[in-house]
Amino acid sequence: MTYLDYAATTPVDERVLEAMMPYFSQHFGNANSLYKTGRDAYHALEAARESIATGIGAARPSEIVFTSGGTESDNTAFISVLNRIAPLSAGGGHIVASAYEHPGVLNVLKWLGKQGYETTLVSPCSDGFVHADDLEAVMRPDTKLVSIMHANNELGTVNDVKALAECAHSHGALFHTDAVQSLGKTAFDVQDLGVDMASFSAHKIYGPKGMGGLYLRRGVNFDALIKGGGQESRRRSGTQNVVGAVGFAKALELCLEERDEEQARLSALRDHILQRVTESLENTQATVSAGKRVGGIAPLLINGVEGESMLLQLDNLGYAVSTGSACSSGSLDPSHVLLSIGVKKEIAHGSLRVSMGRYTTQDDVDGFIDALIPIVERLRAMSPVYQKYFGKES
Amino acid sequence: MIYSDKVMDHFNNPRNVGVIEDADGMGEVGNISCGDIMKITIKVDDKDQIEDAKFQTLGCGAAIATSSIVTELVKGKSIEDAVKLTKQDVADELGGLPSAKMHCSVLATDGLKVAVDDYLVSQGREPISGEIKSADPNFDPHADEDEDDHH
Repeated sequence: MTYLDYAATTPVDERVLEAMMPYFSQHFGNANSLYKTGRDAYHALEAARESIATGIGAARPSEIVFTSGGTESDNTAFISVLNRIAPLSAGGGHIVASAYEHPGVLNVLKWLGKQGYETTLVSPCSDGFVHADDLEAVMRPDTKLVSIMHANNELGTVNDVKALAECAHSHGALFHTDAVQSLGKTAFDVQDLGVDMASFSAHKIYGPKGMGGLYLRRGVNFDALIKGGGQESRRRSGTQNVVGAVGFAKALELCLEERDEEQARLSALRDHILQRVTESLENTQATVSAGKRVGGIAPLLINGVEGESMLLQLDNLGYAVSTGSACSSGSLDPSHVLLSIGVKKEIAHGSLRVSMGRYTTQDDVDGFIDALIPIVERLRAMSPVYQKYFGKES
Repeated sequence: MIYSDKVMDHFNNPRNVGVIEDADGMGEVGNISCGDIMKITIKVDDKDQIEDAKFQTLGCGAAIATSSIVTELVKGKSIEDAVKLTKQDVADELGGLPSAKMHCSVLATDGLKVAVDDYLVSQGREPISGEIKSADPNFDPHADEDEDDHH
């Protein structure tokens, strides 16, 4: 198999696995127990917290709350903070997110809207970025919280979070960013960016699934979403996932050590895919092709072909990629990300996202392109409308 | 969402792809903005039996597989029997379809009904399938491209 879906998940790096191994059966204690194996686990947990805090430029390790992943972090950021700073009993307030957020943000926003908060989605532009002047236009005196992702998972575009956070703060709102797709891939320093909260996930950076984190700037009022035994300084109950935290920390350390070189390599592979595919196949475009982007994501629009058909035929040849077509998601609409930047539905059905990572080689990429071209040609030849809508004569 | 082996077989090796040049009936259904569009052409003999059927489909794995199997199922059938084919018959024949994909079998059976009616109407006879919406012949994917001004 040639795996080209690193934005969906990544394999655990062997060096990460090695760091995690002692904490499964050897130092297995509960990090909240006072005896030795508990203390060993506690020290490992806190060392991981410190390493991650350093990695993201946090002022204190205690600003990191371990969670089960990006989705829990997103849910927590909204619900825990709004419960405290703008409870519905006190009138609630206005909350803002971008229209191309991960469902972990969008569906919480929708739910909060049903509970009684007022919600606004700010649209990104066709260039794939959310611009601060568009955020400015929707801010209100009662806006309490703004959430805009750092890097978009389908496009790879990296938003100017510093400017967006400044805009939110100038109106007295808190700012959260979903940094799941940017952590370890582009400069991410919570103090430099000025964010109040940020969500992370370990499995996007060669760490284990089921492990994530929330950066919570000291001083942000917070009411735990998951209640129980009071672990994580009463911010997230449940016995801590020590082995996950150790893996997350090691994974981030490796990504940061190798980041600049790796991102340059992945950006070159991405540009190679975008160039070769658009040159070899008529009626294809890069979905976005300029501005600051994380290296590994190559978003393509292949007109006149349905995405799931491409995905299945590529899978037959051993290539794993993803698509934003409706049929792949079980919904009737194609990717909300593509629609949010103004891609028309009939074009969005033919989207492919190729995402590369640590183990992707130039040969993998060339093999993929060689496989894709005849598949697209075959599917277009089978279409009753390709010539009519996209043929040379039209 | 997992496809049955038979769906994958019809998707990977679709039967009867193409257009019958001197077809007696043609049906085109679906909507490009929904991502699925199917065209079926049929050849009918003087006893109202379907001699041949060919299809072209733009769509997902299920849309292609259901189109393929419908062309197989209707060959040799009378037009009366062919239009009785239901989406459940098509799904059953394929060893089941994921529930989110059941609409794809409607596309294939609807396309067939439009083709049968097209044949009957061309002969000056009454259509038998009722109202099925054909694909919009005037749909233009390039229209109003500047509608959403996202600077």
